[in-house]
Amino acid sequence: MTRLIALLLALCCCASAGATESYGLPKIDIGKGGECVKDPKWMRKNHMHLLFEQRDKTVHKGIRDEKLSLKNCIECHASTKDNSVLGRADSFCEGCHRYEAVKIDCFECHSSKRSSAMVQRDH
Amino acid sequence: MSDINVQRRQFLKTSVGAAAVAIAPGMLLFDMAHGKTEAVTGKVRWGMLIDTANCADGCNECVTACNKENGLSGGLSPTDSQWIRKVDLRDKRSGREFSLPMMCQHCENPPCVDVCPTGSSFKRADGIVLVDKHLCIGCRYCMMACPYKARSFVHEPLHDQKPDVPRGKGTVESCTMCVHRVDKGQQPACAEACPNKSILFGNLNDPESDISKKIRSVASIQIRADLGLNTGLRYQGL
Repeated sequence: MTRLIALLLALCCCASAGATESYGLPKIDIGKGGECVKDPKWMRKNHMHLLFEQRDKTVHKGIRDEKLSLKNCIECHASTKDNSVLGRADSFCEGCHRYEAVKIDCFECHSSKRSSAMVQRDH
Repeated sequence: MSDINVQRRQFLKTSVGAAAVAIAPGMLLFDMAHGKTEAVTGKVRWGMLIDTANCADGCNECVTACNKENGLSGGLSPTDSQWIRKVDLRDKRSGREFSLPMMCQHCENPPCVDVCPTGSSFKRADGIVLVDKHLCIGCRYCMMACPYKARSFVHEPLHDQKPDVPRGKGTVESCTMCVHRVDKGQQPACAEACPNKSILFGNLNDPESDISKKIRSVASIQIRADLGLNTGLRYQGL
């Protein structure tokens, strides 16, 4: 009997693990994509810490390391369709944040558009 | 047949060489443009010298350039942001009229920083006075403390901000001396746009800079010097 229960439990675990994988993450339009800071799994969990640290360094000390700047993230990750990381269910920032139900404050002030596209539009 | 192939190879080799020569400077530029990883220091103090004698009456180029660079609406209602404004002055006794641009004076001892309850209003090591909008709670004490009326409050939600100039509702803002341009080695937009070159931008701490030399050779004053704020902006011909 105990064996049977253990087997059932093990099966359940396998099934739920499988379900999480297939249910999985939202489909995200990653724009041009690429990996310049760290791998996607790490970034998914830690990008906010990098952005927080970088914002203080940039505003107060004038350190403008492009690799970690929000503007540069958007430059590569804005959708190639609308040059934005917001606005659609699969947008790079909004897609995940909707799925996780975490509000993004960044874009109340910061531009969500690819800056090279904005430059082209303004000239 | 083999002749043709050899020529083709030669051609490819030379074109690859030529392409490399053409791309190399671009790569260098790319490296230089890869961001500044060092903090600003107090060795530099950015300042401006404004020649009011050259500042044309009715000319608004600096204001227009500032609005364009920073994504301001350019509206003049009491709730519209103004980072720089042209002020027309008239001496009642002599009748002499002149005009000058007025903006954040980037004080060495800024009253806006003194009163800020959150540490949002601050002075960078190179003398540029800024608002860290991540910390600003919109209390507007700094606006009241500023003797130059240089700061504005953002009353309405904004859209389509410039990627280099984040601005948002509920925070105070003012002239940043185009800090995003200065950090790239460029001049502020107003100084670049002035048709009469009346705005001279430079490093006040470097005795060999154009601005330091000019301040040594011509008479210039700080506005409300009596307050002892040691402004980074100086005016000539007042």
